[in-house]
Amino acid sequence: MAESEDVKVLGAWMSPFVMRARIALNLKKVDYEFIAETMHPKSELLLKSNPVYKKIPVLFHKGNPICESLIIVQYIDETWTSVHPILPADPYDRAIARFWAAYIDDTWNPEVRKYSMANTDEERAVVAEKTFAGVQLLEEAFQTCGKGGNWFGGDALGYLDIALGSYLAWIRVTEKMSGLKILDGDKFPQLTAWADRFCAEEAVKGVMPETDKLLEFAAAMIARMKAASSAK
Amino acid sequence: MGSDLPEKGLVLLSSWPSMFGIRGVIALEEKGLEYEYREEDLGNKKGPVLVHDGRPICESLIILQYIDETWPGADGAPCFLPADPFARSQARFWADFIDKKITDAGANLWMTKGEAQAEAKKEFMESLKLLEGELGEKPYFGGETFGFVDIALVCFASWFHTYDVSGSLNMEAELPKLMAWVKRCQERESVSKALPDPLKVYDFMLILKKRYGIE
Repeated sequence: MAESEDVKVLGAWMSPFVMRARIALNLKKVDYEFIAETMHPKSELLLKSNPVYKKIPVLFHKGNPICESLIIVQYIDETWTSVHPILPADPYDRAIARFWAAYIDDTWNPEVRKYSMANTDEERAVVAEKTFAGVQLLEEAFQTCGKGGNWFGGDALGYLDIALGSYLAWIRVTEKMSGLKILDGDKFPQLTAWADRFCAEEAVKGVMPETDKLLEFAAAMIARMKAASSAK
Repeated sequence: MGSDLPEKGLVLLSSWPSMFGIRGVIALEEKGLEYEYREEDLGNKKGPVLVHDGRPICESLIILQYIDETWPGADGAPCFLPADPFARSQARFWADFIDKKITDAGANLWMTKGEAQAEAKKEFMESLKLLEGELGEKPYFGGETFGFVDIALVCFASWFHTYDVSGSLNMEAELPKLMAWVKRCQERESVSKALPDPLKVYDFMLILKKRYGIE
């Protein structure tokens, strides 16, 4: 295990973004302290260390705060270089990995999240179609990036695996709540197999939320959001 | 994608008013690279494409990092991102902030009116003020050297006149340090070559408004 260099993660158990930081540190075998954020209200520590967005995760290293999950993962990769590289070595492969990670965060996941807030069957059908179109792209990306290996990163779990894998618990929750099979083994065999592989990884197991616990949390959160939006 | 792309070499597919394309031009010029610039009507497609030896790279900040990593600071070519991991994380953070906070707010200054425009104005100015604070007394966001965040932001400079007029702002008065930084950047050949005439950009915006049926 690497020496503890005063590494801390400020976050919460249900956040896929926090998971990314923790998986990366686990892959690098770096000890860290996990600080559970209070959320409502936001802690002084969060407000001080991430004044711009006031969001988790925040990584602390040698007293410096680093924000934004994918920026944190890259920081971790560039700081602890002797163990388990996370970004690919080749600049073109890196560009492709970064592209798909951005696609997942900026385009695909926001679409998937619309499902729970949709009010009509028609709305849900539109979201479902876009969700599946995205999964199809990711299934193809897996083959291109993975180059025959078990991971988006090829032979080892990498950046894009972390970027997508961190959403798996939430994807399973969405599947349970919607009845949609998003990771359909028949339609998307590579991704479905990859998902199981990801969840079984040592670096992931301890930080992936249990689906039932997350389902309970999600139901309560959606109820709150729907109440708030109908109150407007 | 475009036809007859060369098997070897660099091609930048871009649109002259696009701030994202401008980032690509600045980066290629800074590194002193030979490349072909191809004007494309990007239309609704977001952003430029850099084609290197026949392979495409999309998303302007990803393009910047690709150029920086493929042609690192040897032979006097500058490095956009600093060497230190923490400094790199800060540079990435602010570049990402610019994409999140400046892009849409800026567009909404000329695309919207009334309450939506007022909100855009607030977000736009607050975000630029935050960036001005981040610049501080440094000559560049990168410190002594022109770098990643500088490229990520200066690409908007030709649009400032358009934002000023559309949003009834007074950027020169409200953001003096930032405007001084813009002038400093414009002294660089790469930037002066990449930035289009602000008046041409304003006319382009008027054409876009007609195209989208705004106002």
